[in-house]
Parts: sequence; structure tokens; C-alpha cells
Amino acid sequence: MDSLAGLAHGFAVALSFENLLLAFLGCFLGTIIGALPGLGPSNGVAILIPLAFTLGLPATPALILLTSVYYGAMYGGRISSILLNIPGDEPAVMTTLDGYPMAQQGRAGEALALSGYASFVGSFFATWGLVFLAPLLVKLALLFGPAEYFALYALAFATLGGIASRNQAKAALAAALGLGIAMIGVDGQTGVPRFSFGQVHLYDGINFLVAIVGLFALSEVFVFLENRGTSEEEEAGERPPLGRLTPPWSMLKRTSGAVGRGTIIGFISGVLPGAGASLGSFLSYSIEKRVSDGKKTFGTGDPRGVAAPEAGNNAAAGGALVPMLALGVPGSGTTAVLLAMLLALNITPGPLLFQSNPDVVWGLVAALFIANFMLLALNIPLVGMFVRVLLVPTKYLMPAVAMISFVGIYGISGSTFDMVVMVLFGLLGWLLRKLDVPLVPVIMGVLLGNQMEANLRRAMTISNGDWTTLVSSPLSIALWTLAIVGFIAPIFVGRFFRRPAANTPEAEGADPD
Amino acid sequence: MSDRIFGGLGVLLAAFYIWQATLIKESFIQDPIGPKTFPIIIGLVLGAASLVMIFQPDDEPFWPSAGRLVEVLMAAVVMLAYSALVSSVGFIVTTTVVAAYLAWRLGAHPLKAVMAGLLIAVGIYIIFHLVLGLSIARGPFGF
Repeated sequence: MDSLAGLAHGFAVALSFENLLLAFLGCFLGTIIGALPGLGPSNGVAILIPLAFTLGLPATPALILLTSVYYGAMYGGRISSILLNIPGDEPAVMTTLDGYPMAQQGRAGEALALSGYASFVGSFFATWGLVFLAPLLVKLALLFGPAEYFALYALAFATLGGIASRNQAKAALAAALGLGIAMIGVDGQTGVPRFSFGQVHLYDGINFLVAIVGLFALSEVFVFLENRGTSEEEEAGERPPLGRLTPPWSMLKRTSGAVGRGTIIGFISGVLPGAGASLGSFLSYSIEKRVSDGKKTFGTGDPRGVAAPEAGNNAAAGGALVPMLALGVPGSGTTAVLLAMLLALNITPGPLLFQSNPDVVWGLVAALFIANFMLLALNIPLVGMFVRVLLVPTKYLMPAVAMISFVGIYGISGSTFDMVVMVLFGLLGWLLRKLDVPLVPVIMGVLLGNQMEANLRRAMTISNGDWTTLVSSPLSIALWTLAIVGFIAPIFVGRFFRRPAANTPEAEGADPD
Repeated sequence: MSDRIFGGLGVLLAAFYIWQATLIKESFIQDPIGPKTFPIIIGLVLGAASLVMIFQPDDEPFWPSAGRLVEVLMAAVVMLAYSALVSSVGFIVTTTVVAAYLAWRLGAHPLKAVMAGLLIAVGIYIIFHLVLGLSIARGPFGF
């Protein structure tokens, strides 16, 4: 019952004029960001963080703005998938499979409306899931000591690659790179500088916002420069007509099973660490195909093939917020970015957040409910407006993205050094994407490295240097076991879950959700 | 082969990282494992992952032609120059130049690219500086 009382309080917070306006703005921007090819939830939120931060928004409004963008991007990604056969972001890849054929048959409007409705159902129920599951997880997390937290971080890193990971060595390498970068700067416990090579600029460490914007947003610009003129613009010219913008009742009825299954599968894969919305939509689609593709209509414009992945990716977006808020361990790329913003505002997510800042948590959850209704309104009747946004060619969009990134980073620190570091991170991100090394573990490492180390050292201090303390409680043994299983399983299972790789710049290990 | 080269670099980086970690000066404040242990563990993980990459490389990624690589590097150089110059030359001038350069290299007609650059710079200036009040680099002309 605590949850409902908290939620009621949250609505009181969220229903202020400022917060409603920010939620609306976030939904609007998010849908655009999701719809534009090359901008997805994680890099879209990444370039907005410095702005939210420098505008001096307090924690609750800032979080409302950015999570609305996150939810909105999950809605928007489907628009270009359906109309152009170019996924607006990675979770929307599966939507192209049946969405684009529907558009070619002149049913683009129906596909957009149906997917908007599926998105709504997915995120609506996932937000309820968040309301009830997060407090349960918090109760569990209150039992955690430093040793358990250290094991939890290890679990998060071990499972980041997800069940569909192609190469666990690369995921481990990415995590180690991120953790290694986090170690730069003055050691918080003893005050000695580490890896700073006498550079005063490095004493404070690498600002994680700089790393995030570089890795996610600038690397995208480099990827587009490299692939200039290969696919995008030729196709963007011809667009099928929209057709009617309301799905017939019979279609809603026929797809209700797909939406329901997609929501449940999506939510679960969102809550699991390291899976995120891409896996949510991928699993929803493949399972739906197995369950109900009796007549082999999937892939030729079956509405169920549009509804399932859209419900799945939106439910996963809500699910991924559960471990981020309750444990402080994000389950996906975009929630890692949101975590970065909270840390930048000096708020540490985790069990204590629910006690010390209930306004932030419940205000956010209430805002998500409100945002969801706004998104439904924006995405069904007004979808035509967003369709026009797709006409902005990437050759003008990408320079704007780059310049906004610079403005944001300059706004935080006014430092030339930070901008240089951001460009270097952009190049690093581009290189890692070429080599199929995932970027999310790098970000997670940079974000969580210092806390992970602090927990290790606290545990060792309590035990007086006895390493067996790390595996001395049943809880930590369970976490370590999960971590090891989670790391090894994809090596064997991975080949059965391989995602189809599309040949677009977006698909190149691209924009993690 | 790319994976092997990258793995090799990873091993070198790991070795360098661990060596640097051993050089960290201890302070008079002590805790049982000190500031060196965790970085050394990270270095070991990095080294191990790099070794796996050397012995089990993935398929070769698609590398662009040399021209395209130069394209990416040139863009990075232009951005670095921007970082160095923006606070002395001013926001609008430098942003116009860089945005125009990027638009041009992404395939826009040069004239249109300049227009786009100017629009992006002025647009950002108006929205982020005048409306939202973000601090922006000021050059000798104040914008």
C-alpha cells in the first residue's frame, strides 16, 4: 500500500505547471529524437543532459524531462521504421520487419496507429510494474552490505552483453576500459592522484558527461561521415501515403494477444540487467512469431508483427528503470545515461533514494503516467506532424547534433580541455563500434567504477583484508553465481539468439537503448 | 586481423596500466588494500580480454577506404581546432565554420552548407543562449 500512497504524493508533485510543461516538452522532443534516424534514446538523452544540467533544473524536473524524452524516443523510433524502413533507433529494428510491408500496402497510417497503441499499452503496464516491483527490490537491497554491492556491480557488468551477446571478451574489454577510465583522478579514500600523469586537469577525473556525449553522440557523427551517401537520402524521397490513421476494432482485437505477450516479455527483459529495449523488442517479435505465425504471414505486413515488438520495447523501457532507481545499477544504455544525470545532480539512486528523496522517485513515476497519455495523444492523431520531421536530411541534422554536443559540454565547464576529451571519446566510440565492441559497458564502467571500488575497499576494511568476505553471505554467493552464469551462458546460448544485422549505419553496434 | 591488432594494443595498454598502477604513491592514510589493488585487477581483466581477442578474433569488420578514414580524422581535427579556438574567436563564427564544414562533408552543396552552418549557429545561439540562458563562448565581438 506504501506504493500507492507514494504514487498519490507523486501526482501532487508532477501536476505542477512546470513539471507538466517539461513532461510535454520531453515527450515532444523524445518523439522527434526517436523518429530521426541516427538519433536514438541514449544519444538523444545524452546531448540533453548537459542542457538540463546547465539550466539549473532541480532533480525532479530534470529527471521528468529526460525520462519523458526516453519514453518518447521509444514511441518515435517506430515512425521511420514503418515509413522508411530505416529504424529510428535500435529497439525499432524489429518494427521494420512487418511495419514497412504494411506501409507499402498503403496501410502506413494503420501501422502507425496500431504501434502507437501497442507502445502505450506496453509502457502503461510497465510503469505499473515499476510502481510495485521497485519498492520490493528496495527491501531486498536494504540487506546489501558493501560485499554484496560489489558482487551486484560484478553481476551488472557480467550480464551487460546480454543473452544475445556475440563476444563476451569484447564486453569484458569494454567494461575494463570504462572502469580503467573511472580510476583516473584523485583517489577518494586516500587522496593520492592516480593515472593523472601530473596533469592538473586530470585530478578531478574524466567527467562522465563528457565521456557519454563523446561516445554516444559524436561517434554517431563520425559513423555518418564514414558512410556518407550510402543509403539514407536516396530512400527518403519516396514515401508511401499514410492512409487511415485509426486501426479497425477487429485489428485491435486480433493483436491483443501479441500486445499482452510483448508487454510481459518486454518488461522482464527490461528489468534484467544489461538487456534493455532492443532485446525486449527482439524477444517479443521472435516469440510472437513462434506462437502465432501459423499462416506464415509474419514479415509480409502482419499487424501482430508490428504490435508485439512495439509493446515489447516500450515495456522494456519502463522495466529498465526498476534496477536503475532501486539499486542504482542501470539495466541499459539510456538508463545509464539517466543515472549519470542523477549523479551529476548529487543524487545517488539506490534503496536510500526511496527514503531520502521520495519526491524524486514518485514524482518521476507519476510524470511517466502523465507522459504516457501525452504520448498517446501526440502519436496517434498528431503523428503526421512528426512524419514531416523525417524530411530533415542527416547532412544537416548531424552537424546540428555535433554543435549542440559542444555547446552542452562547454556550458557545464567552460573548459577547452573537456571539449578536446569529448572529441577523443567520439573517435574512441567510432573505433569501438567498428570493432563491434559494445559502448554501454564502457559508460557503465566510467559511471560506476568509483562506487564499485569504494564498496570493495569498504568490505575489505570491515574484514581487515580478508578476501573471503566477498563470498561469505548467501546473498553474495547467489549474486556471484548469477554473475558467472550470466557471463558464461551467452557463449553457449548466444548463437540461438543472434539478432539480424541490418546493413545501415544505425545497425553498426549502434545506438544502444 | 583487426581484432588481433586491437587485442595486441589492449595487452600493451593493460601492461602499461598495471605498471602505472604499481607506481601510485601510497598516502599516510591506509586501508587494507590501498589505492593500487582495484586498478591492477582492472588491468588484469583488460589484459585477459585482449588475449582472448588475439586468439579468437571475430570476422573482419568493414573498413572504409583510406579516403573515408581521412574524412573521419579531418572532422576530428576540425573539431579539435574548434575546441581550441571557440573561446578566443567567438561562438557564432567558429560554429558556423564547423557546422558548414560537416554539412559539406556529409554531402551538402557548399553554398547550402554555409547557409546551414549559419542557421545552426544562430539557431543554437538564440535558443540556448538568449532563450535558455546557457553560457556560451564569447569572442572579441561578444558573440
